[in-house]
Amino acid sequence: MVKIVVNGEARTVSASPDTPLLWVLRDHLQLTGTKYGCGISLCGACTVHLEGEAVRSCTLPLSAVADRRVETIEHLAADGEYNAVQSAWLEEDVAQCGYCQSGQIMAATALLNNNPSPSDAEIDAAMAGQICRCGTYQKIRAAIHRAAKETTSGGSQA
Amino acid sequence: MSHTPSDPSRRTFLKSSSLLATGSLLVGFELPYSLASAPKSSGTDSMMADAFIRIDRDNTITVLMNHAEFGNGVYTSLAMMVAEELDIDWQRLQWEAAPTEPRYYSPIFGEYLTAGSVSTAGAFIPMRTAGAKTKALLLQAAALLWQSDTVHLSTDAGWIAHTDGRRVSYGALIKVIQEHELEPPKTVVLKPASAFSVLGFPKKRIEAPEKVTGRAIFGIDIKRPGMIYGAVARPPVYGSRVIAFDDKAARAIPGVLKVKAIDAGVVVLAKDYWTASKGAKALKVQWDDLGLSQLSTTGFTEDYRALSKTDGLLAEDIGDAKGLHETATDIHEAVYEMPYLAHATMEPMNCTAQVFDDRCEIWVGTQNQGNDRTVVAKMLGLPETSVVINRTLMGGTFGRRASKTADFITDAVQAAQGETVPVQIIWSREEDTRGGHYRPLFVHRLRGTVDDEGFPASWHQTAVGQSIMQDTKHDPTYMVRDIDIYSVDGCLQEPFGVFPYGTSYQIPNHRVESHNPPKIGVRPHEWRAVGHTHTGVAYECFLDELAHLGDKDPLALRLHLTRDNDRMHQVLLRLKEAADWGQPLAVGRGRGMAARVYSVSPIAQAVEVTVARDGTFTVDRVVCVVDCGFAVNPLGIEAQIQGGVMLGLNAVAYGAIDLVAGQVQQSNFHDYRPLRFNQMPAVEVHIMQSDAPPTGVGEQATTPIAPAVANALFHATGKRIRQFPLDRFGFTLKA
Repeated sequence: MVKIVVNGEARTVSASPDTPLLWVLRDHLQLTGTKYGCGISLCGACTVHLEGEAVRSCTLPLSAVADRRVETIEHLAADGEYNAVQSAWLEEDVAQCGYCQSGQIMAATALLNNNPSPSDAEIDAAMAGQICRCGTYQKIRAAIHRAAKETTSGGSQA
Repeated sequence: MSHTPSDPSRRTFLKSSSLLATGSLLVGFELPYSLASAPKSSGTDSMMADAFIRIDRDNTITVLMNHAEFGNGVYTSLAMMVAEELDIDWQRLQWEAAPTEPRYYSPIFGEYLTAGSVSTAGAFIPMRTAGAKTKALLLQAAALLWQSDTVHLSTDAGWIAHTDGRRVSYGALIKVIQEHELEPPKTVVLKPASAFSVLGFPKKRIEAPEKVTGRAIFGIDIKRPGMIYGAVARPPVYGSRVIAFDDKAARAIPGVLKVKAIDAGVVVLAKDYWTASKGAKALKVQWDDLGLSQLSTTGFTEDYRALSKTDGLLAEDIGDAKGLHETATDIHEAVYEMPYLAHATMEPMNCTAQVFDDRCEIWVGTQNQGNDRTVVAKMLGLPETSVVINRTLMGGTFGRRASKTADFITDAVQAAQGETVPVQIIWSREEDTRGGHYRPLFVHRLRGTVDDEGFPASWHQTAVGQSIMQDTKHDPTYMVRDIDIYSVDGCLQEPFGVFPYGTSYQIPNHRVESHNPPKIGVRPHEWRAVGHTHTGVAYECFLDELAHLGDKDPLALRLHLTRDNDRMHQVLLRLKEAADWGQPLAVGRGRGMAARVYSVSPIAQAVEVTVARDGTFTVDRVVCVVDCGFAVNPLGIEAQIQGGVMLGLNAVAYGAIDLVAGQVQQSNFHDYRPLRFNQMPAVEVHIMQSDAPPTGVGEQATTPIAPAVANALFHATGKRIRQFPLDRFGFTLKA
């Protein structure tokens, strides 16, 4: 039994300790917003926040997150309001198939939390590990800039 | 808000109200839908006013989607068509995957299939008609309710308004319609385009809220009561069969429930996917490779290259290219070689199935559920109606989820046989990459001459590669005189088989031949834009070669060749202006272009590249002009073009699946490399204004980017690339 704090709630999980956080979230906690893409930290579809930082949950064993704080895509609008990144994603109509977008949004949210007005080069650096096969990169860039503008001009926090 | 159609009562209702099943494939939308004979039991809270529209008492409007959503934006387009005629509150709109019934079959394919960039074209009249008939029915009901003439009534976003100020919601009229057994009119007049207020305007994706909150349900997200998970040990050589397996180590893993052989390999069932996947890795399986370990991509390429020198099946022979080439002394010849390509959808293949004695229920993201159902029913010995497919959203497909063998569904069904609970099979990324369904490897040999003025005088193209359609359910519809029309689609000047378009170019002597080498090894499969992904690359690059040979500007040459094809000619003129064609470029930079007609829509792209001395290059600019007839959703079109460009650029830069000793060498995103964020060029999209019926955009942009980039690299460096991907032959897209 391992305890983790997921989306503000203390949860006890009975999965094997080597189980990656991704599969704990998906199969044991029924939080399916976090996606499986590659299993070896190459694509970013499984990105979640660990203690507020973007991490790849597909290679992070349950044993490594015991008693730690994890937030997933489901948490961003838990209070019924989209966060600034989600709103920008909707405004720019970013998603196509949408499968990678949970990870993209978690990565972008972490980026803006650390750097409220990233340059294009900083966006490149932060997002280069997040793969999309539909070709939404151009709109992701626009959405990050939009979210940055919203948050720095006094909108809701990302 | 959305549902997959998993609510049994709803499904029963839909099934039992299937009044139009017989003969309704193509014209079902024109037949009267009899509410009188629809069951009343479910009628108190909601009403099916039409096969495609359900109205709830609380005024929620649900559109039943008979095409699959995998990023293509079709749910939004179909909803727009209904909304335009029915006049609804866009915010209250819901969507639901329509069940596998004949009245939901594609009017173009006559089967339940989303493919070929034809969904919008096929749905444009039927979905608007559904909206207009429902609106007429609601007006009739309001007139009856108020004892008023419909002339005093109008609609207002989900409400009927009377000139005297009274208002009633669509939902509140259900009761009136049911009590009086009202029926929609048999015919309706659709709005003229000049009156549109939804169609033709940019509309954001209706399922976007689910996709930014993690609530969207893809196949992999299905959770059913008691469900267990399965992982399959698949053979290193695609097509091998299990001889024996040792599962001792697998069974020793806590949480592993069962191990059994299925056609695809050996499946390990467990309480969660991680445990199942550990179990599959712990198996020792002995395989019979059936001699397929003899195969390699270098072997195929050599064989096809040799075949390309021999006479093939004659697909087209305009003028006398062959005769001309027998005497000509200045024939230009080139061979283009294209590798296998994987689809590499972000969501790997997966499927959830539950098998009962007398029925089977399946949850899966699929483009091809009609065929899936047929395959599963046959496999289980059940009537087709006893196989229920609940279609989910899809994390990409690019053609992969239109499997002719339902391969990623049958393995889940076989794994679920003998189990009392649903089984979900998830393919690992490695299994998915090595999954054996690829854009086929092709070799094209081209020969051509230019006339005294420098214009192409003759063209002889021989295409060699495995047929996708041969010996499948689509043979013979897509086979003409034993030629797979997809093997030559994109290099013919004239319409061929069911494809009503040619290249748009006019070359006086034009001959195309096709070879169908034996279908052995991995399976040739549709891949976004199908035949064009190889024919088009070879064609547009070789045309660039002939332009150079004849000392012609590539765009000016295409303008000349399309002088009798106004649609493409206008697209090219627009491209010339939008791309600043002909403006000087700095040293180390190059410009290239390509133009294609795919599934009726003409499209042209121009790119600018910068090439470093070591061959590293960047794509600085992509300009794309498309004529897809009336532009139903400009925002959706822009997204499809950007996506097509990305996938095509990704493939030409890095894409290749190699077979060595029958084994696929690539496995994950480190060796089947996706295009990354920082490598994506800005794509400028220009949509031609048109009143012509809408045609597709889903696949059109994928092909032209590849030859446009190759031609631009030649322009910058003078070096021709005729083998792909580029990074193996001297040009590496900057990481």
